[in-house]
Amino acid sequence: MDEPPVSSIRTAGLRRLSEAIDAAHLLLGRGVAVLTLLMVLLGAYNAVARHLGKYLGSNLSSNAFIEGQWYMFSLVFLLGAATTLAQDRHVRVDVFYGRLGPRGKATVDLLGTLLFLLPFCVFCIWTTWPAVANSFAVREVSPDPGGLPRWPIKAMIPLAFVLLFLQGLSEAARSLLRLGEARAEGAAAAEGGEGGGR
Amino acid sequence: MEGDWLGPLMFVVAFALIFSGYPVAFSLGGTALAFAFVGVELGYFDWALMFAMPDRIFGVMSNYVLLAVPFFIFMGTMLEKSKLAEDLLKTIGMLFGPVRGGLSLAVVFVGALLAAATGVVGASVVAMGMISMPVMLRYGYSKTLASGVITASGTLGQIIPPSVVLVVLADQLGVSVGDLFVGSLVPGVMLAGMYAVYVSMVAFARPAAAPALPPEEREPLGLGLLARVAFVMLPPLVLILVVLGSIFAGIATPTEAGALGAVGAMVLAALNRRLSVQALRDTMDETTRLTAMVVFLLIGSTAFALVFRGLYGDIWIEDLLTNLPGGKVGLLVVANLAIFILGFFIDFFEIAFIILPLLVPAARILGIDLVWFGVMVGMNLQTSFLTPPFGFSLFYLRGVAPPEVTTADIYRGALPFIVIQLIGLGLIIAFPELVTGLLE
Repeated sequence: MDEPPVSSIRTAGLRRLSEAIDAAHLLLGRGVAVLTLLMVLLGAYNAVARHLGKYLGSNLSSNAFIEGQWYMFSLVFLLGAATTLAQDRHVRVDVFYGRLGPRGKATVDLLGTLLFLLPFCVFCIWTTWPAVANSFAVREVSPDPGGLPRWPIKAMIPLAFVLLFLQGLSEAARSLLRLGEARAEGAAAAEGGEGGGR
Repeated sequence: MEGDWLGPLMFVVAFALIFSGYPVAFSLGGTALAFAFVGVELGYFDWALMFAMPDRIFGVMSNYVLLAVPFFIFMGTMLEKSKLAEDLLKTIGMLFGPVRGGLSLAVVFVGALLAAATGVVGASVVAMGMISMPVMLRYGYSKTLASGVITASGTLGQIIPPSVVLVVLADQLGVSVGDLFVGSLVPGVMLAGMYAVYVSMVAFARPAAAPALPPEEREPLGLGLLARVAFVMLPPLVLILVVLGSIFAGIATPTEAGALGAVGAMVLAALNRRLSVQALRDTMDETTRLTAMVVFLLIGSTAFALVFRGLYGDIWIEDLLTNLPGGKVGLLVVANLAIFILGFFIDFFEIAFIILPLLVPAARILGIDLVWFGVMVGMNLQTSFLTPPFGFSLFYLRGVAPPEVTTADIYRGALPFIVIQLIGLGLIIAFPELVTGLLE
């Protein structure tokens, strides 16, 4: 009765993969979250500096600081997207989804990941890559004096979709596992609870 | 032309797929990709258009207006996670408690104030539902009145500046955030006022539904209470007034005001010794998640719009909307109905990113004032979020209300406020000066 089913070796691999990706993204999310605080502080400094600078007649802020604000904003959502997916916080319309059983939910998630998320990530990586490569080739820098180099932040776009793709793999693995569990439970219930031990 | 049906079909399919319950951002992106393929196969769509995607994403990254979104989210979440919002509700409850209907007035007041800070419906309904629902029930408020006032006040965040919702709306309408803030000020305050009048009327006509706090529960109206009010109530109020005032006076851009407001919220929390590591971490995490959610929704709908335009879907919609019988009035009726009904199923940001861009060109052609249009859309959505059986606000309250409050209580409670909303909506349509008056 306690003997593990044959498929458990495969499911153990899937589970480990999924858990590893989730853990990595949660850790990354921790780091990215700190950027929101830095961004707020820099934004406030820029606001004060603009006015104080006008009053004092000297420029306290710089294009680097001003661009730093939206660089951080970009990093927050680009690098935070995968973590947000891991925490299931991308908004869903759950009028129907909310009423589905575990099996239905797992099916929607699996199909959505395979048909929407993963292809969309591949598409975004594929279309942004040439733009990033160009930007890197000329070592693109902000057109404004004292601005920041542009290519690193542009490179974050494909990176974001690579991370999302990886998280998509984790989500797909988890949906598969949940489907397997739902099926096993269904079978166990059909046998009248006999041999229901996992 | 061959393939003319692709645009309309894409529209229908995208909606069907959104309803599958898979995250909207990626459903939209996936649908866009699928239709781009079909379009290319039929020789109706130029794949090269898809290479505009990196530019669009980059445009979102460097968008100065959208930068205000995480700032306002940070400010609102900080007030909530540091429990300053909770203190505010409790203290104002004490101040108004001795009056009949006082607790419910406090909810309207705090709802308007918090709404201004957070602007996310879920957050304020959940917070007020958890804090003030039990208190109102303990002192014998009718369940319907208690639920109605919480769900309705929670939606005020759509419409009272400075809210995240209005920032996004302004970006999508192509109007200045400051103008939209100014335009929504009078209608927002007017609605809160109408809620307060209604609550007072109920308290007067049916004292049992909204009793005053029993004498033994009252805090003596002395220096002690006044000091508490001053310490707890004034700082957040001042914070919001300063943020709004600096925008209205043209001293700060909304983005700058948002950043300063977020720092201000941290300072307030620190002064109250509530700026714990936990509160800060929760705020940062929540800001990250909400920002990523909102921006990726925008990226998904950008992909959708790119393909939809490539398939001439935008022209189809524009023709449809500008050729409606009744011109301007026809458009307003259709827009209001569509947004009202969609508001049952999809949340604010989806409507702003998917539906609004389709309506705006037609509205512009027909010469509709877009600031006024934005305020009307905001108020309409608010009504939609309150309408049973699907209204979001009602769901959020259901999630946190004690079990003795039935779903039917929540539905019944919302009804009078829906009527108030419709009156408000009628008023701004009949008297557009309510929105545009301050702008001139």
